[in-house]
Amino acid sequence: MAEVIKKATRDGYGDGLLELGKIDDKVIVMDADLAGATKTGVFKKAYPEKFFNAGIAESNLFGVAAGLSLTGYTVFASSFAMFAAGRAFEQIRNSIGYPHLNVKICATHAGISVGEDGASHQCCEDIALMRTIPGMTIINPADAVEAKAAVLAAAKYEGPVYMRFGRLAVPQIFDEDTYEFKWGKAATISEGTDVAILATGLMVNEAMIAAEELKDKGISARVVNVHTIKPLDEKAVLAAARDCGCIVVAEEHSIIGGLGGAVAELLSEKLPTPIARVGVNDTFGKSGPAVDLLHEFGLDAAHIVKAAKDVVKRK
Amino acid sequence: MNAELKSKLQKDAARVRMNVIEGTFNAKSGHPGGSLSITDILTYLYMEKLNVDPKNPRAEDRDRLVLSKGHTAPALYAVLALKGFFPIEDIKTLRKPDSYLQGHPSMHMTPGVDMSTGSLGQGISVAVGMALGAKLNKKAYRVYAILGDGEIQEGQVWEAAMFAAAKGLDNLTVVVDNNNLQIDGTIEEVNSPYPIDEKFEAFGFNVINIDGHDFEQIAAAFEAADNCKGKPTAIIAKTIKGKGVSFMENQVGWHGKAPNAEEYEIAMAELKEAL
Repeated sequence: MAEVIKKATRDGYGDGLLELGKIDDKVIVMDADLAGATKTGVFKKAYPEKFFNAGIAESNLFGVAAGLSLTGYTVFASSFAMFAAGRAFEQIRNSIGYPHLNVKICATHAGISVGEDGASHQCCEDIALMRTIPGMTIINPADAVEAKAAVLAAAKYEGPVYMRFGRLAVPQIFDEDTYEFKWGKAATISEGTDVAILATGLMVNEAMIAAEELKDKGISARVVNVHTIKPLDEKAVLAAARDCGCIVVAEEHSIIGGLGGAVAELLSEKLPTPIARVGVNDTFGKSGPAVDLLHEFGLDAAHIVKAAKDVVKRK
Repeated sequence: MNAELKSKLQKDAARVRMNVIEGTFNAKSGHPGGSLSITDILTYLYMEKLNVDPKNPRAEDRDRLVLSKGHTAPALYAVLALKGFFPIEDIKTLRKPDSYLQGHPSMHMTPGVDMSTGSLGQGISVAVGMALGAKLNKKAYRVYAILGDGEIQEGQVWEAAMFAAAKGLDNLTVVVDNNNLQIDGTIEEVNSPYPIDEKFEAFGFNVINIDGHDFEQIAAAFEAADNCKGKPTAIIAKTIKGKGVSFMENQVGWHGKAPNAEEYEIAMAELKEAL
């Protein structure tokens, strides 16, 4: 078996920025003293004249990004998810979202897989927060290849985008040479008929493993990569519900308000379908090795398998 | 400043003040106090200083103004209308359903508004970003941010000030409308930001103290800001909240309250005398 390449989505973000620096002279990158960690530092090194550090001042970071966008620039502004979506929520809402400005809020270190830094830095609320802002696009890539492609796609889109990246090196699922990021479209990774697993971020890989295990148990699982959480690809979600009759949603985020919330809202109105949500179960995180934490908080293939077996019975 | 210009500006300002009263009276809500305190400065900027064109509100090379104290939109709308961005009679639609004159400025709805504001402390950061963009684009336009004195209690103002000075944004002028009152009382009673001038100085600004109702001092301050190289300018304008309407002057209660019919008549009569 070929060795699995592991790379964090934040590194894919850095790759994307580096590429943008070559092809788009209107791209500016900003950070709040985390350039090394968020990987904007890669861009800074190559294009120092197009990089601005706001220091540890996230409120101002996103305000300045808004102002720069009004002078014709496409601004990629980064911090950790906690301090972007969390601390600067209202700046993003009022200074970027309301005027619908061309700022890409690129938040790294999302979710429990931050690891040892613990609960204060493990943001599992960002998707919920960003989803409430009208006109905000939310992208949560599954691997570094998708992350890079999403960054390039976001630069071509005029308007605010929240992009969510992880710290942890995760298995590379997609082939860089053939992968195509389709804006706003959920991607079916494998077909199935008994249950549909709608996964986002690092849970896509877990969903693929879970589908294999379910196959051995005689359950045919469809795996759908929902890289774009808003606007939700309603057609794909409704098709999954209609074709499979039950849904598992898997995300490295609180079960409240994230992809699970979005799918439940949609289906309860348009096509009531049994759903099981796999995510952080309304609790704060804690310190520990990222992979151990993912298992402990139920963010792995085993928990998806269990949820799928349960939800199939509720059909 | 010659007497003719001064007299014209005073009359323009009186018209703006009348439209602040007109708008808030018709809306039965809004913020007349802080609108009246910033009127002379906004009048000078739009009628005399800013390179803006009502026929082309989004011209690339125009000067930009961000009303960071967005609740005083009635003054901004009145001056934009006077400048010709939209019909003065539309002031009566302020805050009404379907009006393009929102309670707080909305850049996509109102011609001449450069940024949506209203949540205090945020506008200055956006102005800083615009000023940085002008430098990167090698454009000569200037950016103005208008702040309230209560507003500078927001920490984001100082994040923005630190950044603006660190980047040497001498194309940025910040105005603090120092009318000394905020919703809950005087700014000292609530949480004193004084000394305002020394704080901005400490943050690396060129600081100018003026009487914000004296057009000669206003003009001189903005000219000095133009001529200051290497650092942003902060103009601390001592003003009177409710200026021009006797019963509103220095009264905290007129921060966010509209005049009733009787008060409207008195206010309009007083302001008419300045025409």
